[in-house]
Amino acid sequence: MDSFIAGIDLLARWDVLAALLIGSIGGVLVGAMPGVGAAVAIAIALPVTFSLEPIVGLTLLLGIYGSSMFGGAIPAILVNTPGTPVNALTTYDGYPMTKRGESRRALSLAYSSSFYGAVLSIGALMLLAPVLAKVAPMFGAREIFLAALLGIVLVVVTHRGQVLPAAILACLGIFLSTIGIEPSAYTQRFTFGQPWLQSGIDLIVVVLGLFAVSQALVLLMSKDKPIVLPKVDKIGFFTQMRELWVYKRIATVASTFGVICGMIPGVGEFMSQFMSYSYAQRTSKTPELFGKGNPEGIVASEAANNSVPAAAMIPLLALGIPGEELTAMMLAVFYVHNVVPGPRLFAEQMDFIYALYISLFLLNVIVVAFLFFATRTMMKVMLIPNRFLGIMILTFSLIGVYTLRNSLTDVAIASAFGFFGFILKRLELPTSPVILGIVLGKLMEDRLRTAMARVREPLDFIDRPIAFVLFLMIVVAIVGQVWTVMKARRATGKGASNG
Amino acid sequence: MSRQEDDHPHVFPQGRRPGEILFVTVTMMIALALLAAIPWQTTWLPGKGLAAQPRFWPALSLGGVVLFGLINALSRVRVTRTPGRWQEAALWLRSLEFIGWYMLYVLAIPVIGYLAATLAFCAGLALRMGYRGRTVWIAAAFGLFVVLFFKTAMNVKIPSGAIYDFAPEQLRYILMRYF
Repeated sequence: MDSFIAGIDLLARWDVLAALLIGSIGGVLVGAMPGVGAAVAIAIALPVTFSLEPIVGLTLLLGIYGSSMFGGAIPAILVNTPGTPVNALTTYDGYPMTKRGESRRALSLAYSSSFYGAVLSIGALMLLAPVLAKVAPMFGAREIFLAALLGIVLVVVTHRGQVLPAAILACLGIFLSTIGIEPSAYTQRFTFGQPWLQSGIDLIVVVLGLFAVSQALVLLMSKDKPIVLPKVDKIGFFTQMRELWVYKRIATVASTFGVICGMIPGVGEFMSQFMSYSYAQRTSKTPELFGKGNPEGIVASEAANNSVPAAAMIPLLALGIPGEELTAMMLAVFYVHNVVPGPRLFAEQMDFIYALYISLFLLNVIVVAFLFFATRTMMKVMLIPNRFLGIMILTFSLIGVYTLRNSLTDVAIASAFGFFGFILKRLELPTSPVILGIVLGKLMEDRLRTAMARVREPLDFIDRPIAFVLFLMIVVAIVGQVWTVMKARRATGKGASNG
Repeated sequence: MSRQEDDHPHVFPQGRRPGEILFVTVTMMIALALLAAIPWQTTWLPGKGLAAQPRFWPALSLGGVVLFGLINALSRVRVTRTPGRWQEAALWLRSLEFIGWYMLYVLAIPVIGYLAATLAFCAGLALRMGYRGRTVWIAAAFGLFVVLFFKTAMNVKIPSGAIYDFAPEQLRYILMRYF
């Protein structure tokens, strides 16, 4: 309880609350702009938060992280284009409702179910915190190494159909983390005699290049599509909130799926949405209306995807394992602000953890209140043409890169990663394994070196319970992947012989 | 539900995206070249264990790129190729034009100052993208907003333009401090 009060105390400052407000509303706005998304906004805002205190900077970025999906539902419902990829399923029933003239009702259901899912997820997070704090002291160097390795393995194997490219990109990320002067014997690695490479490749420069510059290139190379905004009626706030009560069962089940899927790294929003949507359809009295504007479909989709961000913070904060692209970004955000997620954070800075949880709750309150009253005004951001958005992102990203050190080299590196990210996006390959490799590569190298100093025989490495469990999880993840490959191969062979 | 189909494991997808093999091949070739440079780009410390060697992680990660690249290449051989590899590569190269704009923008800042460079960049790029009339003015106004917000209000660290030296004493201070 003391930690909880200390957490409130950390947040009870005007600058923190202002950061949360700006981040939350900013997150909704970028979420509502198809083609921008939270990752780009976080990448751009990250260097700007340098001059702020860690808690202020983190709440600002947390606001963007937690609120973008709310905004993403708006274009999904109104113009059949998801604002963020995880709002794709909302288009199935949201857009048909808009065509029927029920856009306001669809939006209200999306907001209220998103809020419900998020609050349930934060509740789960708070209940789990004391348990995690008890387990935290059991983590030593080898456990942290194995947890980081598990994170990389999970992110790779969960990229279905892209496992090998994801593995290549994760290895590339790990390699990038080794460039420069290494910290144990102070020898140079892959500097090619260049002084600018001695300090290594800056994480922020890579993040800005891979997420912001690359997205700007995608938008600049695309074509503008004309968008016609539908009419959105005015309805009272409580009238809108009340309708969720009708769908409370679906909202609760969907949120639970979201919490469970969010806690498992690599599973995330898509799986939780799929499970929730299937459940809602299976148990509905009108399953034939799914995909044709069934409100239950919106509730299932939005409650599921909004319960994931808070739940995804559990492995991120407890073990330093991000589940997907956005949590990989948040991991980078924590590192940049000198907050190292992992077991020690729970043991030593429980007040900070509670402050983050409370921020997550507050941002949901801010966002839902903002959206209920300002939807009609803010939906105009959807009218910004794609290529104009590209110009905006490129202009903003310069501030992020150039203000770090006023270095032309940084801009050149960010541009190179922007080009690289553009190719990855064109090929529909994931960018998160690269970031994960860079962030976790350094950590793994350091922890393995420390751990190996106390290991005499290979089996000593896993002779502690948590280390053994983590090792077992890595083996299961890899064996499971190999088994899936073999099964698919056999199925392909059978299909070929039958044909 | 198309998402449902996506969730089925497909190790050998139906088609290859144009440029995929080209990308993996180039990545692997760079990794191989870097791997070959390991003896003189990293150090081996005698008497130290493998995990403590500065060479260990670069070798392991580059080895991983090459190994997974090879397995990927082998697994994709039988997959139907989607034509258009070189058109795709040409599109990648075309995007470099915007990188050029971006670099020019950065190079212009220490010469003509942040305000002029940003206005020119936003308006110029808007013209290049085919916008005319009001949109170009909106782009310039956006550039002005960015400068006023970040440089004037938030005082972010951006060098002042050499051109400001030609301004009268008092105006020069204002230009250097706020624009």
